[in-house]
Amino acid sequence: MKKLINGVDTVVIDALRGMAAAHPSLRVDLDNKVIFRRDAPRRGKVGLVSGGGSGHEPLHGGFVGYGMLDAACPGEVFTSPVPDQVIEASKGVDGGAGVLHIVKNYTGDVLNFEMAAELCADESIEVASVLVNDDVAVRDSLYTAGRRGTGATLFVEKIAGALAETGAPLADVARIGREVNERSRSFGVALTPCTVPAAGKPTFELGDTEIELGIGIHGEPGRTRTSHRDAREIVRLAMDAIYDDLPLSGETLVLVNGMGGTPLMELYILFAEVSAYLHEKGATAVRSLVGNYVTSLDMQGFSVTVCRLTDELTRLWDAPVETPGLRWGR
Amino acid sequence: MTTAHEEPLVDTPFFLAWIEEMATAVQVERDRLTELDAAIGDADHGANVDRGFTAVRQALADGPPETPRAVLVLAGSTLIRKVGGASGPLYGTAFRQMGRTLRDAPEVTLAELAVAFDAALAGVQKLGGAAEGDKTMVDALAPAVRALARAVQDGSKPEDAMAAAAEAAAEGARATVPLQARKGRASYLGPRSIGHEDPGAASTALIFAALRKAAG
Repeated sequence: MKKLINGVDTVVIDALRGMAAAHPSLRVDLDNKVIFRRDAPRRGKVGLVSGGGSGHEPLHGGFVGYGMLDAACPGEVFTSPVPDQVIEASKGVDGGAGVLHIVKNYTGDVLNFEMAAELCADESIEVASVLVNDDVAVRDSLYTAGRRGTGATLFVEKIAGALAETGAPLADVARIGREVNERSRSFGVALTPCTVPAAGKPTFELGDTEIELGIGIHGEPGRTRTSHRDAREIVRLAMDAIYDDLPLSGETLVLVNGMGGTPLMELYILFAEVSAYLHEKGATAVRSLVGNYVTSLDMQGFSVTVCRLTDELTRLWDAPVETPGLRWGR
Repeated sequence: MTTAHEEPLVDTPFFLAWIEEMATAVQVERDRLTELDAAIGDADHGANVDRGFTAVRQALADGPPETPRAVLVLAGSTLIRKVGGASGPLYGTAFRQMGRTLRDAPEVTLAELAVAFDAALAGVQKLGGAAEGDKTMVDALAPAVRALARAVQDGSKPEDAMAAAAEAAAEGARATVPLQARKGRASYLGPRSIGHEDPGAASTALIFAALRKAAG
């Protein structure tokens, strides 16, 4: 394993020190491991808190700032944060209008946020939650932990964050977050596994000519393994899986997301194919994002997330945002 | 451990010894647990439980509790607060529920311990929603809890009851190999989760092996 780190046990805290040094718009609490917006809490504004395992950067810490999250709780690599972190974050962003927890549907995240929400209630902090579960690779049934939360998390954080910035009440901010999740679907493909620093070796093995379809964002293997093929065919596999679950038409917001080790050039090649696919189905990508946003350490691969827009969602997507990972209009 | 004629008793030093054995066992087996998790999960189970029990060891050293109840509640809350992932809340809840079921006395009977283990299982199942056969820690925990209860009913000595629980947990963990996961991260794999031992069941088996060791 070759990584640019000081030691496997300090990767999270060392990265947080870097965030603190690089972004004066953030206040990083190194003891509790919480990244705050410097001006939190904002009186009368719903506070948005998200969190999850580290290794998905810029998610979530890179999305803390005006128009998006008020705080993020990074756990250990690929491990959910602990309730103490979420409670500290919630306390620190509560401006009297309540706190929204944005939680990706992974058992660990769900359990730790649930425990934190209960303890917040004991301290009279009003908490609502949005569960993100956009990944169509997992069948949502009694026989699985349910669909995972992946790329749509960014959409939920951006759009709910924009609405919160207008002073909307907690129930409305939660409702729009759920609406974004319901209108979004994702599918991921890996060319290589990733290497968790503490494990020191790749999380699974994949042959030179194999790809893994239906991956999540924690280096876990996917739904099936198949032979490698050209970008057009891979996009068709991914988009068919999405389309089968949510027929696409009209205006969409599309994220073509790199998993951390994929050249941007390849992501644009994929985006061209996604755009052509949508066109063929009578849909258009009127808003788009191409880059590394919801990553899985050094994995090579991508995920594609599509959200069926409404006028309201488009307006909120376009609203100003100023975070380390996403900024426009301000 | 104290062994009275009628009512076998388990005391605070026993619980401290148990946790010490647990912390050692997960440290020694850290890489194996992580490898099991890498096969069907996300390769962090060994690191997580090791970090958790190291924190528990530290918390107990900082202020050694005086009753089994206090030992277990402190261990549980430390795991909830320090571990993260699914294993933190699940193991944390198990120990906390165990502790909360016990009287706040320096010694508890083996029968009371069996009841406490039952509460641990109920807490884990309520929080995680898993049933036996879902390929989770419950597949090791449930048979171990049953074996202990049976041994107590049969009037076994504590060390024999705990050995029976350890056997049952190990057997339960091994029996997860052919199962398809229906809960937790391995469930994403569907049929591909078959053929691997569940890492949560494996760490639960270690916890019961530690119980047997602590009983001497």
